[in-house]
Amino acid sequence: MTEAELTQRVRISLPDAKWLVIGAAVALAAWLSLMPLAFLLWQSFMTPETATAPAQLTFDNYRTAFWSAETLRVFGNSVAFAAGSASLAFVMGTLFAWINERTDTPFKSAFFALSLVPLVIPAILFTVSWILLASPKIGIINIAAQALLGPDLVVANIYSMGGMIFVDGLHQSPLAFLLMTAAFRSMDPSLEEAALMCGATVVQIAWRMTLKLVWPAAAAAFLILFLRAIESFEVPALLGLPIGIEVYTSSIYQAVQTYPSDIGLASSYAAGLLVIASLCVYVQSRTAAEVERFSTVTGKGFRPRVMRIGAWRYLAAVGFIAYLAIVVALPFLVLLWCSLQKFYVAPSMAALNSVSFDAYRAVLGYPVFTGAVWNSLVLSAASATIVVLTTAVLCWIVTRTKLPGRWLLDNLATLPLMFPGLVLGLAIMVCYLKLSVGIYGTLWIMLIAYVTRFMPYGMRYNATSMLGLHKELEESSVMSGASWGMTFWRVVLPLLKPGLIAGWIYVVIVSIRELSSSILLYSPGSEVLSIMIWEYWQNGQYVELSALGVMLILALLVLVMLERFATRRFGIATPAV
Amino acid sequence: MLIVKSLCTEYPGDRGEAVRAARDVSFEVPDGKLFTLLGPSGCGKTTTLRSIAGLETPRSGEVSLHGKVVFSSAAGISVPPYQRNFGMVFQSYAIWPHMSVYQNAAFPLEVRRRKPRRKEISEKVMRVLHAVALDDLAERPATKLSGGQQQRLALARALVMEPQLLLLDEPLSNLDAKLRERMRFELKRMQRELALTTVYVTHDQSEALALSHEIAVMSEGRIVQIASPREIYERPRNQFVADFVGTTNFLDARIIEETGDGRCRAATPIGTLIVRCLDRLRRDEAAIVSVRPEDVELSEQQPEVESQDTVCMGAVDAKAFLGEHLDFQIKIGDIVLLARAHPSLRTPVGDKIFVRLRADKCVALPAASVSGVKA
Repeated sequence: MTEAELTQRVRISLPDAKWLVIGAAVALAAWLSLMPLAFLLWQSFMTPETATAPAQLTFDNYRTAFWSAETLRVFGNSVAFAAGSASLAFVMGTLFAWINERTDTPFKSAFFALSLVPLVIPAILFTVSWILLASPKIGIINIAAQALLGPDLVVANIYSMGGMIFVDGLHQSPLAFLLMTAAFRSMDPSLEEAALMCGATVVQIAWRMTLKLVWPAAAAAFLILFLRAIESFEVPALLGLPIGIEVYTSSIYQAVQTYPSDIGLASSYAAGLLVIASLCVYVQSRTAAEVERFSTVTGKGFRPRVMRIGAWRYLAAVGFIAYLAIVVALPFLVLLWCSLQKFYVAPSMAALNSVSFDAYRAVLGYPVFTGAVWNSLVLSAASATIVVLTTAVLCWIVTRTKLPGRWLLDNLATLPLMFPGLVLGLAIMVCYLKLSVGIYGTLWIMLIAYVTRFMPYGMRYNATSMLGLHKELEESSVMSGASWGMTFWRVVLPLLKPGLIAGWIYVVIVSIRELSSSILLYSPGSEVLSIMIWEYWQNGQYVELSALGVMLILALLVLVMLERFATRRFGIATPAV
Repeated sequence: MLIVKSLCTEYPGDRGEAVRAARDVSFEVPDGKLFTLLGPSGCGKTTTLRSIAGLETPRSGEVSLHGKVVFSSAAGISVPPYQRNFGMVFQSYAIWPHMSVYQNAAFPLEVRRRKPRRKEISEKVMRVLHAVALDDLAERPATKLSGGQQQRLALARALVMEPQLLLLDEPLSNLDAKLRERMRFELKRMQRELALTTVYVTHDQSEALALSHEIAVMSEGRIVQIASPREIYERPRNQFVADFVGTTNFLDARIIEETGDGRCRAATPIGTLIVRCLDRLRRDEAAIVSVRPEDVELSEQQPEVESQDTVCMGAVDAKAFLGEHLDFQIKIGDIVLLARAHPSLRTPVGDKIFVRLRADKCVALPAASVSGVKA
């Protein structure tokens, strides 16, 4: 046997470890993002299975979901709510991003840091805090107004479409702020300077350059906000359902929660929501391409051009402080106040005397609490680890190889981005009920949901750091005699470590906050912290809820600081969404 | 002996079409010799090198070293790069920033299937670090190295594995001019001392001329000429080689007659010249005559004339002082010739000057032999 033949034989008999790992990662991505979708669509054409009648093929679900008298109302509510919330968030976010990036307002860096804080407050806590602030009966604002201006006066009613838009818009505004900050930052200042040198006035530049250049990014940001609002579950569930304002997400929840639960109808609603969401994602990806064409981020040192706005800058600072009060201070303080009471009362001198830590004691002693903390920690750590490592391999394939069809893999891994959390929960529930592999009702099914849901975030974190990794660093390892597995383990992963750590912490944060998927998948024994908050709310235990919420927010804040530290230390741009 | 036989490599372009980067590339490198692939960017030299390394998979062809085939499309053989034991220095050096100098250099030994003992590794690593004068910095993080040190570490990492073949991809292009010149000598000394069979890729002709035993000039994926540095410079096969390697003057010409001894008389815009002639050129054929600027001899007095020299009269059109030499633009009729002279020549602009061209310094080349190259 010649040497050449020997080499060839060895190659055939030993399948490269590379292909095993790549194959496993691809299969996982495909399974996670496609299976639930398939089951969801299948179920949406089925009648409910009962003890007497098996499931049958039907179009009734879609008829009920889209051709009933309710339909138009639900659709109208959803769009009105999403558009309103997105607009509010967009206007506030853009205004403050512009003030922060392009004017000489004082304390800018402090504002920037503080405006990211609301991102960690889970939506359910934010909504609850605004109920405590502005509910017609118990809201502090209304009680204060009644004390001052007379009884029966309701100055703010959070239980209304306006209230829903207000709360959700406020909660999304930090995201808008981040997106628009990025947009203002990625705009090459030399484009404006060139216009300046051409003799254009400041107004002409703002109108003909800044606005035109930032427009694609702004459109993309608005679409993201719209998508997030239409997927939003907590606000419509807590504020909308009690007064009968239903949107898609709350309709899905209702359909599952009624007895017997109507999975088919829920699936049809979900399919409708999915269509809207995928439309948003599609348009958004088109505009994103436009953004890239417009923004020429160069490697050279970037010096933003700052406009002098004179005395206005103090007004801008005051506006910023007011915004932070509404978004951060008020919600947190009201939760803190509430958590220090034995039962909920509006703040007063009398109530100040009855401050106690009973609620904290009650939460810590609650039998479910230890289990929930444990479940949350295990789930978030496990899902973050799986997400980060799997997407590292996927990302490597997408950015480094020339495999045909690698774009498909990229799309596959980012596909879950368009599943609203509730829809994903429903799809996974249906999928593993039908497959009956014995994981329904366990932590495993929630792990699958989390991994699926946060896989796109992992892709973004990894793509950012992988693009900055010179290809020759890997090639030199291969030339040194290291196999693919060895190269990946000893060169690629260590070099990606900063990005991986930041991505890991981020996924941990969003996993702990996760409610809308978990709510359809948990069962006694597999509660997580967000579910515990939800149950406290259902039971009307506001005081315990607040105590748990305060602790959770503080813990998440620590995590966010760690993440910021990791990204700043290693110089990685954080993907905003 | 490294043998590369009719290598063709393609890669997918931006729109998915196949870009043919290396076309029918064949050459041989005897043991211990340094062979250079020289050409402008995009000529396929790096692709050829990466195909030898195994980082690219060629469409067809064969690569063998010491009689062992590492790639052959016909036999369906492709040894993965990590089993080839070729040392490679990359253009960016690819020093791993998460490791120390020592760890970088030890990596090739540590990932061996049969890992040597720790002591043996450290001996080998320190020996090679000593050779590149980095042994004092062994424990330093690799990110704390200067450009020249990184380059030497990259070389050490390639040498520590005692490679059968050393591949160098523009290893000096990221250094500043002074350092580049020093490293050029350093590299040459090491290669000669270790007698390592080496393939060197560069776009810098002076680097290629200074280092190589043999040079292959590449253009558009093909090898245009393989020859020793002196021959490449003095006897370029065609206009592309003459133009790319060094600076040169081109004169449109027509062959009048062959005068034997590889010479012929050619009619050019500056008069009839006796030039060195490639055998392919026939009587009455259109040609291009190439004269290096340093071979355009200038003098203020009438120079001595030997039998085959040509002397004509020109005027100084412009000149530029470059320190070690002086560039003159000499106008003869409508033609402007670039001449490189010793800085002591101080003829003012506008003055008459004598130009002497020696027959064996003028080379007649086939006209428009490479498509797309400007005359």
